[in-house]
Order: sequence, then structure tokens, then C-alpha cells
Amino acid sequence: MEQRVLIPLYNDQVAPRFDLATEVHIFSMAGDGRRIEEKTVVLPRASAEQLCHLILTEKIQTVICGGIEDEYYKYLKWKNVSVLDDVIGFYDTVVDRFCSGTLEAGNILFDQRD
Amino acid sequence: MNASQESQIKGLFPFPIDLPSLTDEIPLGIVVLDTDRRIVLINRAVEALSGFSMGDASGLPCFNIVRSRLCVQKCPLKEMGANSEPVCIESDLINRERERIPVLINLSPIKDTEGRLAGFLETVEDLRPLREADATMSQAYGFGGLIGKSQAMAKIFQTLPLLAQSDSAVLITGETGTGKDVVAEAIHQASNRVKGSFVKVNCGALPETLLESELFGHRKGAFTGAVENKPGRFRLAHNGTLYLTEIGDLPLALQVKLLTFLDDKVVYSLGSTKGFQANVRVIAATHRNLKLMVKDGMFREDLMFRLNVVRFHLPPLRDRGDDIRLILDHFLNIFKSRFRKDIKGLSKKALRILLDYSFPGNVRELRNIVEYAVNICPKGQIQPGHLPAYLTEPESHYSLPEITGEETSGWTASSAQSGKDHGEQKTWASLERDIIIQALVKARGRRSKAAAILGWGRSTLWRKMKHYGINA
Repeated sequence: MEQRVLIPLYNDQVAPRFDLATEVHIFSMAGDGRRIEEKTVVLPRASAEQLCHLILTEKIQTVICGGIEDEYYKYLKWKNVSVLDDVIGFYDTVVDRFCSGTLEAGNILFDQRD
Repeated sequence: MNASQESQIKGLFPFPIDLPSLTDEIPLGIVVLDTDRRIVLINRAVEALSGFSMGDASGLPCFNIVRSRLCVQKCPLKEMGANSEPVCIESDLINRERERIPVLINLSPIKDTEGRLAGFLETVEDLRPLREADATMSQAYGFGGLIGKSQAMAKIFQTLPLLAQSDSAVLITGETGTGKDVVAEAIHQASNRVKGSFVKVNCGALPETLLESELFGHRKGAFTGAVENKPGRFRLAHNGTLYLTEIGDLPLALQVKLLTFLDDKVVYSLGSTKGFQANVRVIAATHRNLKLMVKDGMFREDLMFRLNVVRFHLPPLRDRGDDIRLILDHFLNIFKSRFRKDIKGLSKKALRILLDYSFPGNVRELRNIVEYAVNICPKGQIQPGHLPAYLTEPESHYSLPEITGEETSGWTASSAQSGKDHGEQKTWASLERDIIIQALVKARGRRSKAAAILGWGRSTLWRKMKHYGINA
């Protein structure tokens, strides 16, 4: 089944803060793990409320982010949006892990020795 | 060289010592970064504050661990060289517990023995204890978020902590803007249920059918569109407090269900025969006169008595004497520091205007007036010209655009008098009804256009039309 995913970005990494992201990447993942329909949305200003609104209007099912305040985390959960928070890593690595079904909240996907 | 040798300090003592063992004992958060702003070391205080362990953090870009506003918006380290001065900035961070914590961040360069830039030292101070102390000091005459030293408020402050400890239902009454929500939250915060959730439901905000499912939840398949189980607010508030605001707007059918819950403490979701024993304290609030509503058949008498176990009536601001000055100064301090304005109080004339005003919108209105004045006033004292125009031009008091005639002046007159609660409500209701009708006439019966004229959503207009029995 197709799944809509949103990742707040900071340069080419997952944004460390949900509420401060001004750019988000949205993609749909097909049932076989392929990425389809990708797009980047630039927000007029950083706002957790506006981002939550975007998540609902875009019918996002999963949000992958860094730090998120409990208020927004609970709100999204309440709206049946799955939130994988505390994820650290480059966008491509994170998406690959997600599409392979192995991404979990709290994953640090960063080569710390580099 | 192994990892422990990498972080040793030599030369201070006869034998080398581990840097982490030294920094871990310092109660201030310490982060050591390399020149690429990657983490070399974090001490125990930062581990506790951020929720990340040293093992997680080592080698990561600092912004992924500290996650402060400063990191994301304008990291001062980008510009910092070996000879730069230290920088000290207030910011906030979000930790792994999903808490937003106010912090004071101090950044300085670390130089090697040759004076070259070797890295950066970052200290992170948790400002929560300071903020809490500030809040307590600034609310010496208060409880929770309420302040005041009038006799009526002092009585409330005395009884609130005692009643918070019980599990009795509470009914809070008072005009709009008097602080009913604040009292409800203060009761929850002072009660043994503080670890549980404080769930707020506005009974006037949702149509009856939605409200029932919102409050009591539903089972999958209970009705068309119920695609999955929904717990309902009563269940969400389990072991906590459920705050029902605008209880006077609760439809009669739901009043019966609420009454049943208050008696049995069992919640039955829509479509379910199995009940859930919810341990919930109910706090209800309304600006309406429930006794009159009972007389009119709009509110169940038994529910009113059931909710009326403990009742707090919040006095209107105009009856609170010196509190106006106290609250005025309180908001003035808040807004001048928030907007970073160098404002030195109010001029005598401006103060007189405010003290002579009747504040029909109560504390909320006073807060808005102060916020407006602080925004408008560039610096120095707030003058009458910095106050909203309706205060300085008596003719324009409460006159809404396009509404003239007896109803408006009647409402203005009654609002200037205190203690005529029901009369005010009735007149306001008819005024609102007239506004809706005017908008509908102007929009030639098109509801979406009428809603746009009124600045409301279509559902609000629909709800209010239903409430006033208007058929367009």
C-alpha cells in the first residue's frame, strides 16, 4: 500500500528541530519500497503549527524528524500520523533505511568517525 | 593511543587525569567541539539535559545533539576565530524527552599552545529553575496563573489549593475573560492528578454528533465513517482532569450522558456495550447563568446540582478594585520584555483612562489593551494616544461596524453596569442574531459569503444559525 512520508530538512540532513524547519521533503513510497512522487516544499517561515497543518492537508502518514516537542508529537499521533523522531542522518540514507523497512525512532545514521 | 588517553589532561598534576572525570562533576552542561563543530566530548550534565549519551554524540555535528534554536538559526561558531570574544546567548533546546528547555549558551574558542584555533567550548545552562523562581516572585499575590490581591481573589487563592486536593467536580463561573481556564488548569496542577493529563473540551465548538464521539469515543463501525476505534476525551483524561468549558452549550442529550458518567464513573463508547471505568476529575466552566438556563429548560437541573459540588465564581475585573493596577503592571512587564521595549509605565492620563474603564472583556481585554499599547508606544511612558481608540473616543465604545440602533446602545448601557449578567447575555445574543441576519441579507442568503463577511468559518455560521433558529 502506498505511504506518504514527510521529512523536515536542514540542508541535506534531517532537520534537528521540527519547529524550526523551513524546508520539507515529501514523497510517496509504493508497496514494494520504491519512491514515487517526490517534492520539496519551502515554508514561508518556521512554525510547528503550520507544519502540522501541512502534514494533515498533504495526508501524510509518516513523519521522520529530529527533535519534536511533545505537544506536536501527541497531536500528530492523535491525528493518526506515525512519527519517527530523534532520527539523525543525511536525507538519502534515512530514506533508504525507511524504504527498506528498518528505520526506527532514535536511529543515528551518521558515520561518526568521518 | 586509546580513547581514554585521547582525553587526558597532562601537566596539571603529577599524573595525567581523565578530562571526562573532571567535566562530569561540573553541574553545568559542557560540550567540547572540534573546528568542524563536531562533538569531541559532552559531560554528564549535557547527557542528562539532552538525553543523548557520549557514545551517541561523539563525532556528530553539534546541532544534532544540542538542538538549540541558536544552532539552527544562526550558529555563532561559524564566524568564531581563535581571537574572537566569547558569546553568551539565551536560547532553547528540545531534548529526547520532547521537552523544550530554556537554556543559556556560552560559546568560546579553544586555542592550542601556539594560539591557533583548536576547537570550541560550549556551556549549556538549564534556565528552568531560574524561570520558575522568577514566576514565583512575580506572582507573589497569586496562585497558578492567576494574580490579584482583592478580597474576592484572596478568598479564591485560599480555597483553591485545598479543593484541588479533593476529587470533587468543580464548576467555575464568571464572565468572559475572567480566567476560568487558568483556574481549571491551576486546580489540576495543584492536585494529585498533576502527572495525569489535563484534557480540555470546548462543548460549544463542535456539533452534537461529533461532540458525543469526541467525548465518549467510538468503536470501529459504530457509524458511517468510524473506520477505527477512537478512545474519546474521557478515556484520554484517565487518571487526570477533564475540563469541559462552555458547559452551558452542551446539548441536552449529552447532558444526560455526562450525568450518568458523574454518577457511575463509567464511559460507554458509541457502539460499545462494554464500559470503561475512567478515573477522571471533571471541571466545568461557563459564562452563562445556569440557574436561568435550568428555568428555561435549556440545562438539566440534576446536572447543575451534580456539577455544583464546588463552585468558584470569578469576579469581573471592574469589581476587583486595586487588582486592575496589579494586573496592568504584570502584563506591562511581560510585554515590554517580550517586545524588548524601553517603556517606563503609563502616564497619569493614560492610567486614569484605564482605571475608569469598565473592562467588559475583563482580564483578557486588559491584557490585549496592554499588548496593543506596548506595541504602539515607541519608548518612554504610554500616553492616551497609545491606547486603543475605543478607550479614548467614548462614542465608539463597542459600536460594531454596520450595526447601529437600539440594540447596540442597549448593550453598551448594560455592559457599563455590573451584576446584570443575564440581561447582558440576552442582549448580546439578540445583537449577534441581528449581525448574522444583516450579513445574510447582504450576502443575499449565500451562507459562505455571509460567513466571509462575518469573518467566521462556514461551520461557525451554521452552528450559530441553528442556535438562533435562523433559516436562510
